[in-house]
Amino acid sequence: MREFEPAQAPHMPSPRTVQGVMGQVLLALLPGIVAHAWYFGPGILLQILLASAFALAFEAAMLRLRSKPLAPFLLDGSAVVTAVLFALCIPPLAPWWIAAVAMGFAIIVAKHLFGGLGHNVFNPAMVGYVVVLISFPQAMTQWLAPRELAEWTPGLVASIQAIFSGSLSLPATVGIDAVTGATPLDALKTGIEQGRFVEEIRQAPIFGDFGGLGWEWIANWYLLGGLFLLWRRVIAWQVPVATLFSVLALTLPAWLLDPGANPQPLQHVFSGGLVLAAFFIATDPVSGCASPRGRLLFGLGVGLITLVIRRWGGYPDGIAFAVLLMNMAAPLIDRYTRPRIYGR
Amino acid sequence: MSELTAAELEQRTATAGDRLHRFHGGLRLRHNKKISCQDPVRHPVLPRELVVPLLQHGGPPATPRVRPGEQVLKGQLIGEAQGRGAHVHAPTSGVVRDVERRPMAHATGQAGDCVVIRCDGEDRWCDPAALDHWRDASPAALRAHIRQAGIVGLGGAVFPTDIKAGARGAVPIQTLVLNGAECEPYISCDEMLMREHPRRIISGALMLRHATGAGRVVIGIEDQMGAVKKSLDRAAREGGDGTVTVVRIPTIYPEGGERQLVQTLTGLEVPDGGYPHDLGLVVQNVATAAAVHQAVVDGRPMIERIVTVTGNGVGHPCNLLALLGTPVGHLVEAAGGYTDDVARLVVGGPMMGYPLRNDGEPVVKATNCLLALSHDDLRPAQAEMPCIRCGDCARVCPAQLMPQELNFQIRARQWDEVDSLGVDACIECGCCDFVCPSHIPLVSWFRYAKGEVRSQLRERAAAERARQRFEAREARLERARQEKAERLARRKKKLQDQAGRKKQIEAALQRAAAKDDTDGGSG
Repeated sequence: MREFEPAQAPHMPSPRTVQGVMGQVLLALLPGIVAHAWYFGPGILLQILLASAFALAFEAAMLRLRSKPLAPFLLDGSAVVTAVLFALCIPPLAPWWIAAVAMGFAIIVAKHLFGGLGHNVFNPAMVGYVVVLISFPQAMTQWLAPRELAEWTPGLVASIQAIFSGSLSLPATVGIDAVTGATPLDALKTGIEQGRFVEEIRQAPIFGDFGGLGWEWIANWYLLGGLFLLWRRVIAWQVPVATLFSVLALTLPAWLLDPGANPQPLQHVFSGGLVLAAFFIATDPVSGCASPRGRLLFGLGVGLITLVIRRWGGYPDGIAFAVLLMNMAAPLIDRYTRPRIYGR
Repeated sequence: MSELTAAELEQRTATAGDRLHRFHGGLRLRHNKKISCQDPVRHPVLPRELVVPLLQHGGPPATPRVRPGEQVLKGQLIGEAQGRGAHVHAPTSGVVRDVERRPMAHATGQAGDCVVIRCDGEDRWCDPAALDHWRDASPAALRAHIRQAGIVGLGGAVFPTDIKAGARGAVPIQTLVLNGAECEPYISCDEMLMREHPRRIISGALMLRHATGAGRVVIGIEDQMGAVKKSLDRAAREGGDGTVTVVRIPTIYPEGGERQLVQTLTGLEVPDGGYPHDLGLVVQNVATAAAVHQAVVDGRPMIERIVTVTGNGVGHPCNLLALLGTPVGHLVEAAGGYTDDVARLVVGGPMMGYPLRNDGEPVVKATNCLLALSHDDLRPAQAEMPCIRCGDCARVCPAQLMPQELNFQIRARQWDEVDSLGVDACIECGCCDFVCPSHIPLVSWFRYAKGEVRSQLRERAAAERARQRFEAREARLERARQEKAERLARRKKKLQDQAGRKKQIEAALQRAAAKDDTDGGSG
């Protein structure tokens, strides 16, 4: 007679892993990252490396403090995803300590003080971003101009210097104004506040066909990555669809009624971090809604709050605040949107 | 579920299978059935000894009707059904060696009374009791014959077939559904039966239709079962009466679950806590129908069944027609024995089957498959991680539960919340486990939670009863106190009244006396 070890059904181990999920998210971000580096120089790559290093260091320290095994949690990829998403939101030449402060807040406070992987109430990347955005507005608004407009785009050495010394050493013939510039959303906001017409503001060279020059193409590549995640079923379709839908549905009537004071819907979609957020940030399952209808409401809320902040708020873009505010609402939404159970 | 009128419900169940519907979630799994379908079903050699458990069905165990040393014939009744149980018959001829407690092939691993028969190798039949002219018999008589043959549902739940066939809800039975959707990977016993004996299934289907009073029969098979449709269709044309339809349904696990099959064929959901007969449907397994045919036509009680012996852990995967009571190890031997890297032996499929502690346990009426898995089949890609709420579990859940929420609430021991999230509706199909990137054993948690919620409800009911008893007692005592007080008050009043009247009488007497005096004085 042969003896066997006791076990529990099912007897087919899941082929999926947390690492696999995070890996696919990173893979899906790759085209957008490459485009970003093309338009704004290699600074973004340095920021990704910096933020990842800080994130992993804080993660390791917190795991040690919480007496958790290091290897499975460092390798699960969640800290790196947080770091990359954060790095994609900040100016490419932001000083190194921006990443340090943000990742410290994201990993230590937003993630581990709430219980680590799977327990964070707020999206860690957005917590880190908002902390530095509010604390260091000066450093966070030093945006570079896209390649087509800039007389000179910083290379690798210049970028490293700028990030670690805090000052950009320019070639003798180039002035700082030719390198940095306001983002399209900035320009729109200040322009509208000054009472200028949208069409007039959009004459500025930083605007492209429907979004910001450069930005619109980066957004397109994020869109491609997002579609990949949808196809792989890594993210739920409800969140990006609802987010983009609410932005289009709310801006279209405003634009039709008064195109002088309201940017066209596609301008909204393809500027700032909207596409990135719709597919990669608002879709974070841990801090978002769990039920299908809840996810639709979550996306609608993100779109609505983003527009409110863009239109009436103190910041040119409001996506990070929108995501964090909806994170707060997620448990309540989930309570009231539970699916009907079979036969009940 | 939206409320249907009685007429709409009747229309839906009467046209079951005409239009297919989707059930929520489910998985497209790798089938792995071909490896065991290469050869026809064959008999293994007769084992030396059979261990026949007296509990092989839903309901109470049968009572032994044989004593040690007694000679038994094949098909002889050895265990008599109690209540809602089923009869047990001798699978072959021989001598009863013992009636004793043995571990039984059961998910709980409990021991139970078993009749141990030493086979004499002659396989001598007792007098078969066929039911001639079953079409002339009443449905009740046909069900009684099915009961005599000890037939239970062979799909896995092993509920006595006669009881299920006779169950009635508020609506008349419209359609008999035969379940040929063997949705778990690896298992192919029903597929082989449908290929080799389609006439038995069609004939048994007509008998069950008569026994249930249904108007028509729908046989649901998977669309991946190549030649099965053709052979069943031909058998239905030749042996049927035009009331049998074979329907191919998409191969999505777990569409062979009763509730999912009902939903696929009718778009209706079996109400919570109810049964298909509440909708006007009866669901039986195809193998059960074949067993009914054999019991009616040949007088053969249920003493054997086809068992798939398969997996990377056995030498030659195949299907075997095994006598009930055959030790599992004997069948593995007949299938080429274990391979070197065998790691686990499962009864049933890889999604819902339960693992055996050893291969000495006997084949019972529920044993559809013996799955021997190798180390490579079982190696997980990662250890268990925290839930990241990706929600894939909810996407695949056929009961439309939110396993991720249940997981959190169960770990927090919030049993009220667990109950309201519907843990009881979990059918333990294992879909959530299979897609979980964090490798959380969700079904094991849910099984545990079901027990906890039930015991909580029991405790609460007991506490409620105790509270009601206490309150009733308090009320009774209070009532008694009040009554006593009232009684006292009444008596006091009465006494006072009496005292008052006495005074009045005395006063009257005094007045009368005084009058007498004055009268006397004046007179």
